[in-house]
Amino acid sequence: MAKVTVDGVEVEVPNGASVLQACELAGREIPRFCYHERLSVAGNCRMCLVEIEKNPKPVASCAFPVADGMVVKTDSPMVRQSRRGVMEFLLINHPLDCPICDQGGECDLQDQSMAYGMDHSRYHENKRAVKDKDLGPLVKTVMTRCIQCTRCIRFAQEIAGVPELGATARGENMEIGTYVEKALSSELSGNLIDICPVGALTSKPYAFVARPWELTKTDSIDVLDAVGTNIRIDARGSEVLRILPRLNEDVNEEWLADKARFSLDGLKRRRLDRPWLRRDGKLVAVSWQEAFAAIAQRLQGLSGARIGAIAGDLADAESMVALKDLMTGLGSPNLDCRQRGEKLEATRRDFYCFNTTIAGIEETDALLLVGTNPRHEAPVLNARIRKRVLAGSLPIAAIGAAADLTYGAEWIGDGPAALRALLAGTHGFSSVLSAAKRPMVILGQGAVARADGAAVLAAAWEIAARFGMLGADWHGFNMLHSAAARVGALDLGFLPGPQGKDVAAMLGGGVDLLWLLGADEIDTDAIGAGTFVVYQGHHGDAGAARADVILPGAAYTEKSATYVNTEGRAQRTAAALHPPGEAREDWKILRAFSDVIGRRLPYDDLDAVRQRLGEAHPVFTRTDTVPRLACTDMTGPAGDSGGLSDAPFVPFLADYYRTDPISRTSPTMAECARTFGPALMQAAE
Amino acid sequence: MTDQTDAGADSVQPAHFAFDADSEAEISRVLARYPAAKQASAVLPLLYLAQRQMGRLTGSAWVPRAAMDEIARRLGIAPIRVYEVATFYTMFQLRPVGRFHLQVCTTTPCWLRGSDEVVAACRRTAGVGGFGETSADGLFTMTEVECLGACVNAPILQVNDDFYEDLDGPRTEALLTALKRGEVPPPGSTIGRQTSAPEGGPQTLVGPALAAATPPAE
Repeated sequence: MAKVTVDGVEVEVPNGASVLQACELAGREIPRFCYHERLSVAGNCRMCLVEIEKNPKPVASCAFPVADGMVVKTDSPMVRQSRRGVMEFLLINHPLDCPICDQGGECDLQDQSMAYGMDHSRYHENKRAVKDKDLGPLVKTVMTRCIQCTRCIRFAQEIAGVPELGATARGENMEIGTYVEKALSSELSGNLIDICPVGALTSKPYAFVARPWELTKTDSIDVLDAVGTNIRIDARGSEVLRILPRLNEDVNEEWLADKARFSLDGLKRRRLDRPWLRRDGKLVAVSWQEAFAAIAQRLQGLSGARIGAIAGDLADAESMVALKDLMTGLGSPNLDCRQRGEKLEATRRDFYCFNTTIAGIEETDALLLVGTNPRHEAPVLNARIRKRVLAGSLPIAAIGAAADLTYGAEWIGDGPAALRALLAGTHGFSSVLSAAKRPMVILGQGAVARADGAAVLAAAWEIAARFGMLGADWHGFNMLHSAAARVGALDLGFLPGPQGKDVAAMLGGGVDLLWLLGADEIDTDAIGAGTFVVYQGHHGDAGAARADVILPGAAYTEKSATYVNTEGRAQRTAAALHPPGEAREDWKILRAFSDVIGRRLPYDDLDAVRQRLGEAHPVFTRTDTVPRLACTDMTGPAGDSGGLSDAPFVPFLADYYRTDPISRTSPTMAECARTFGPALMQAAE
Repeated sequence: MTDQTDAGADSVQPAHFAFDADSEAEISRVLARYPAAKQASAVLPLLYLAQRQMGRLTGSAWVPRAAMDEIARRLGIAPIRVYEVATFYTMFQLRPVGRFHLQVCTTTPCWLRGSDEVVAACRRTAGVGGFGETSADGLFTMTEVECLGACVNAPILQVNDDFYEDLDGPRTEALLTALKRGEVPPPGSTIGRQTSAPEGGPQTLVGPALAAATPPAE
């Protein structure tokens, strides 16, 4: 530790820390452009200059290591003078186009020029102009505004793992770009917009839409993958205008995946804003009462065994518990949330959770990926794996369809045969796993959504048990989900009860009334012709197209709801706006319907529903935290690992940009699929 | 407005590039200089080799994009890292140049000693319109360069790898005419100066007279 005095405040900082970090610890704010906590230090903007006693010149504090007894001044005349000088240089070539710049109002350069800028320019020559680059459908560039801090280059190289950005030429002619015209092939490219300190990289879909001070900001949770990224929803009036990440060191740090950030234009399109009822083969708009009456009429005389419910990928825990209670009241054991037949086992929580936790990835020393492409299934989690890879040698083996994961992985097979080889110890990676102190396995949905899924699950657990992944202070068995609703559904036991039917059995005429709670990933063509389908959800997607009654629900931006992420972390969204038209929050719909059929659910407000949730599973009462699990019970899932087939694992997500009703509706995501589709397929080959 | 972006569909860019045997031999010598994990350091020599090879095989010493991609593949680095280096150094030509690349120094010492005449002679004799342009016959490309570091023998014209020094208009014309004929005049001073020694031969320590005048110290 080194003792450093900053403006008379004495702080102790670890050796090797930078002066800037010491200043921050002492509560002094240091202006900066190129420095970013999560990126390597470049030290090229020179805005963070401070004065250090006995040092003749001001020093760039971000790149200067502390020494014991150092005396730092952050607000001396010398510091102010030199920062003013730096600012003047930065503004030489920066255009004065703040009024038409989308960064206006949240621009580092704008803010800091208020403190260190001059009121006039002494520069009379022509400013330089730089041609804009085409980085794809998400990131808009105005390269003349670039101050060449190189944050974007470092982000692409270090965090996103797609080293495609660079600084070409030099001096006056230096430019940031890809040199060859191409879109930036990253699922995290939207974060470039956040890290750019000026208006050089801005959001293309959000261009000229709003000013930051016009927006209502709501802290919420993303549900388009199972990571549970913390987000802020910026809305104006009845529209969500943009979605930004929030800081959460345990989950997403400060990153956000592109699908979560840019799918929001799907929230305005193809919305179900009123109840519909199929009459003579055609859907007609009806009132809530008529819709409810139609369902109630169909329910009459049906035994519980002929009623079923399927919960979709975006369903919240409140509505799922309400639906489950409703079904139980009707005597139906036919519940399922595994839309694509994933052989998940819910007898123990650590069979279906990401037990290591996302932050725990940083502690692992050997990684096995089974039937998963985390780059597509959870881009933010993939960034955490990459962070661990960059921190030091991490042997990674992967089983499944080879893909570019942004870090090196040894593809040791495309099917369960590789699992057998690992268990038998005949593959070289077995010894790597044996030697590792904290190895972990990540099992994707692609590995269990198949006929021998239970066997794969059992085999993966056996590997975990065999290679010391399960211990008193470490749990290295991980299930990576791609649906935000899944873990919550499993926690609630939204699974077939005794003699209950699963998804496959409910389709094909297994039930006479099927309640789809946002279930759009099932094969709707397989639903029996005589089955009466109730679709409750917010988008006119596959489920609604087959429905006999449509009950319009709320999207995740329009309700306060609980989601459990793949780690088993319960988090709550907040309503940024009201559901459109006659649409209602989903649990209220179920509660209202239960009243119509005389089986009133015992909760009248959100608090009561949450109390019921807490009774169903204690996880719902402790939001935002997740305890690090240990594993002392080595008993594995019920499946028999002997039943492994030889069929190769197939990628669970065919197209990263279109996985759910919201992103499938989004024109921006469609554009991304067009732009990146071929490139991603190439990468997978 | 500057534009560094290389047009991918550009017709001058060859689709493929492969190092030939001569370059390969040199590459293995170069790569041996660097430790296994630090092979990226060889990017500069490899770019130079690519440019040399292009000059040798096509008569135009430049680095096509395919060559930069090949170098990136060889060294296991991202192509953009090679583009960054290649665009940083003006000595790498990223566009085709003529067989003779005329690099005229116009920095102050050369300018004071008459580089304007050298430029004028190049325009006249080589048939080059201006800086950065190539003559119609494809033989000459003229570029303006900053100090070549041979100010004592100013003005300087660098033709490909060779310096021609102490030039004036007529001597430049003679040089270019010889190049056109396919001759390669000996590089160095065009007025017979020995290296950078004084013009017209030695001016000091010219004979025993000086030694005789000052007897050696006892």
